[in-house]
Amino acid sequence: MTRLVNFLAPLLLIMLLLGAWELACHALAIPSYRLPPPSQIAVATVQNLPLLLSAAWNTLAMALTALVFASLIACGLALVVALNPLLERAVQPLATTLQVTPIVAIAPLVVIWAGLDHPQRAVVTLALVVAFFPIFSGAVTGLKAADPDLERLFDLYGAGRAQKLVRLRLPSAVPFLLEGHKVAAGLALVGAVVAEFVAGTGGAQGLAWRILEAEHRLETAKMFGALLVLALMGVALYAALQTAERVILRRWRGR
Amino acid sequence: MSAAPIASLKAVEVDYPRGPALGPFDLALAAGEIVALVGPSGCGKSTALRLLAGLEQPTRGRVERASGRGETSVVFQAPTLMPWATAQANVALPLTLTGARSREARERASEALARVGLDGVDAAKPAQLSGGMAMRVSLARALVTQPRLLLLDEPFSALDEITRRALAEDVHRLWAQTRPAIVFVTHNVEEAVYMASRIVVMTPGPGRSAGETVIEAGLPRPEGFRTTPAFRETAEQVSAQLQSAMAAP
Repeated sequence: MTRLVNFLAPLLLIMLLLGAWELACHALAIPSYRLPPPSQIAVATVQNLPLLLSAAWNTLAMALTALVFASLIACGLALVVALNPLLERAVQPLATTLQVTPIVAIAPLVVIWAGLDHPQRAVVTLALVVAFFPIFSGAVTGLKAADPDLERLFDLYGAGRAQKLVRLRLPSAVPFLLEGHKVAAGLALVGAVVAEFVAGTGGAQGLAWRILEAEHRLETAKMFGALLVLALMGVALYAALQTAERVILRRWRGR
Repeated sequence: MSAAPIASLKAVEVDYPRGPALGPFDLALAAGEIVALVGPSGCGKSTALRLLAGLEQPTRGRVERASGRGETSVVFQAPTLMPWATAQANVALPLTLTGARSREARERASEALARVGLDGVDAAKPAQLSGGMAMRVSLARALVTQPRLLLLDEPFSALDEITRRALAEDVHRLWAQTRPAIVFVTHNVEEAVYMASRIVVMTPGPGRSAGETVIEAGLPRPEGFRTTPAFRETAEQVSAQLQSAMAAP
């Protein structure tokens, strides 16, 4: 019973808000290019669905490509850094600087470098930059998170560096890696969308481009449709990674 | 008991950055004896244990010990198991790290688990075990190499009274099979009297010896040992030693 209520409560709130929105639009006679009522947005979304979905797929594909590259680079670098404290001290300030610099501010540079002719490369690169940090910092933390008493035990039995890395530190890092990838996936999507906005051309036909295009044509309902698809995609991606994390962790610790 | 000690601390002192932690402290371990180190928190009991394990070096003084891989085993306060590995893989760890073949290691690990009373948990992971069971897995891992020296660092302090007592008896039973020397750190006087053949009371840090008590009753303990006058007397004697050690400047 409580589960049903818990499930219905947010739905009910959404219905109420949508109802109020719809009524207000009609009652106050708001022009639909300013704020279309939900019914118009629904119609526009359905009408443009094939276009929006293919745009969503473009954005998602770029975000996931970026995630894969970010994962490879971040994990590789974390491994090197975790084995060499001096290198860690050298890399850490750079990584932090990269992280705290707003991606929107870096975007124009990357667009120039990646080539104005290849906006997709710029998008992937920027998504990669934002996805890099959570994975890197998760991996570095994870590689240092081994139980110190377990480390002592490995020392006691004369384990070498390689044995300690493979049999203790890497497995200890698994929960941190999962968490890092989960956060990074969401950020990669944000990064991809931001980069598309900055690239601002039809070269990368992602969702952000559809939003810009609809804006230029004052098709506000379609903008909302694109936003809706974007939000749902973000939620779906997060849910997928959350599930993956739970399943892997359950296997990792046996329950 | 053979004459030559199998491990000893000779006037060892350990200084940490925040100040001296231990010593000067002497301890000679005869083969097959069970020594309890009793003292207040921060007296350097665990440091003494890490010296014996070779996990730490003394600032001054000398440590003599069996140095072969697997000749010394440690059981920590927490079970200290690898959460991602099965009970069997955890117990097999000392063997696989020292180059045993994996099949042989698995078989010996299963035997060790059976010896500590854990049949049928080979495939279980630590999160699926109770605190007492996890501690037994930890004990099995320490025993799987058949060490000559077994170091126990407050191994039962996180467990409930019934489990502690059961484990204390298990340690005695297991000790009787291969008779390793055991050094056992605790701040529980009654546990020390029950477990040990010799009790060394330590002063507050930097810990020094504040006196020794030899317990004559045989090991494993006869039934009802905890209720005998001898047990009570020894416990009171050790408590008094501990109190005067604490009171000393």
